[in-house]
Amino acid sequence: MALETQDILRRSATTMESAPSARSFRPEVAKLIDLSRCIGCKACQAACMEWNDLRDVIGTFQGTYANPIDLTDQSWTVMRFQETEVDGNFAWLIFKDGCMHCAEPGCLKACPAPGAVVQYANGIVDFQQDHCIGCGYCITGCPFDVPRLRKEDSRVYKCTLCSDRVSVGLEPACIKACPTQALTFGSKAEMRELAAHRLVDLNARGLAKAAVYDPSGVGGTHVFYVLPHGERPEVYGLPRDPSVGALVGFWRSGVARALGVATMFGVLVAGILHYMRYGPLEVPDESGGAGGKEAQP
Amino acid sequence: MNRDEDFVLPDGKVVRHGNFERIVHWSVAIAFIFLFLSGLALFSPFFFWLAAVFGGGQFMRLLHPFAGVLLVLLFYPYAWRLRQDNRWTPTDAEWVKHSVAYMEKRIEFDDTGKYNAGQKLMYWSMVPIIAVLLLTGITMWQPWFAGAFPAPLRRVTSLLHAVAAFVMFIGIGIHWYAAYWTRGSIRSMVRGTVTRAWARYHHPAWFRQVTGGKDR
Repeated sequence: MALETQDILRRSATTMESAPSARSFRPEVAKLIDLSRCIGCKACQAACMEWNDLRDVIGTFQGTYANPIDLTDQSWTVMRFQETEVDGNFAWLIFKDGCMHCAEPGCLKACPAPGAVVQYANGIVDFQQDHCIGCGYCITGCPFDVPRLRKEDSRVYKCTLCSDRVSVGLEPACIKACPTQALTFGSKAEMRELAAHRLVDLNARGLAKAAVYDPSGVGGTHVFYVLPHGERPEVYGLPRDPSVGALVGFWRSGVARALGVATMFGVLVAGILHYMRYGPLEVPDESGGAGGKEAQP
Repeated sequence: MNRDEDFVLPDGKVVRHGNFERIVHWSVAIAFIFLFLSGLALFSPFFFWLAAVFGGGQFMRLLHPFAGVLLVLLFYPYAWRLRQDNRWTPTDAEWVKHSVAYMEKRIEFDDTGKYNAGQKLMYWSMVPIIAVLLLTGITMWQPWFAGAFPAPLRRVTSLLHAVAAFVMFIGIGIHWYAAYWTRGSIRSMVRGTVTRAWARYHHPAWFRQVTGGKDR
């Protein structure tokens, strides 16, 4: 259910854009993930499952410490471990994957079910499973491949940024569990400042290409990263320049909807006008025959 | 093709659509109406209220692809049966050239067969469009098939599905209007028969064929 303690900025599949927003002065929140501080302990992953009361199935070893190997409807955040080469050196990259809480969410754009995806004034993008119809358009619309459809109930799940905790002034469960302050939570402005400080620190330690990953193609995100190898977000599995894209943008746009409606009305109006001008096509009477008249209305 | 089904009844009526054709035609029609309305609900929030008519959003979403497969399973055997009568002929090219005159009721062609060029255009547009809708639809079918296709592909196929659906609607819209406009057509698809005068006037070549050349 929608949390009434939070104001809704946007709601999926609404005919009117405006949502109740009397308290829209609420500051935008953000989770900063500083990967240079992450030790891959998975405390965040465990805390997420504990707070959200999730039970993933026990998987199989896939050659990395990642378990499960991918996000699932029961694992809303997953630690990924990648062995790769960066600048000629071996690198063991640890990456915390999960919803980015985009300012311009592709999931919300794509969703056809009214109110199944909402964006709160504080920036959190949340799925309302009771409105979800299980079409999976949000998965198609997401530039980060985050939402997961649960086959058992045909609903889509992902990180809520602990919207229930945040709405009563608590920080998300993953933040609370992180032992190294790789995860911090606060207002977006505060987190930006903190990220800038961390960058200065990393640059001083020789990671000259460290960068903040807060992609503008989706309007910025409310979960954003400090990447030690900031010039190559792909090595972490992050898209370089994510956006909702022209295809999804047009498919779910007001323009496409207007064109669709215009098509239907066009056919209707053309039919009415043609009939008004020319009337029905009837077999001429003089053709005679017993059945001739029956063709007439 | 299928001339065994088209014959003149003792009362003078001409059988135009046999039982198989009519049952399949109206089954396809019902499936199409459901598919179009439920698709419309998924396409635009303005029409999402239609979900309530079909058992709610979840159920409608579940039903839509099954109805699509049903339509495909009904349509293609039906289309296969009609393929000979929908062969493109020189007369059809003439018809297209004079289609405006036809719509203004100024012209009829003496060698129009069982279907005129307008009907054949409908036939030959539906054959590929329904295939496009099927193939793109499979890539969107949750929870069983969509996961097998990458998101970038699904973005293309989802848009194509919507475009094909509206192209199909234009075709069906014209089909509906033409059926209403041409008096006796709806009856032919409901009851299966047309009058001799109707057959001779609208489809003279077919009439001659059915009556064995006796064009009275």
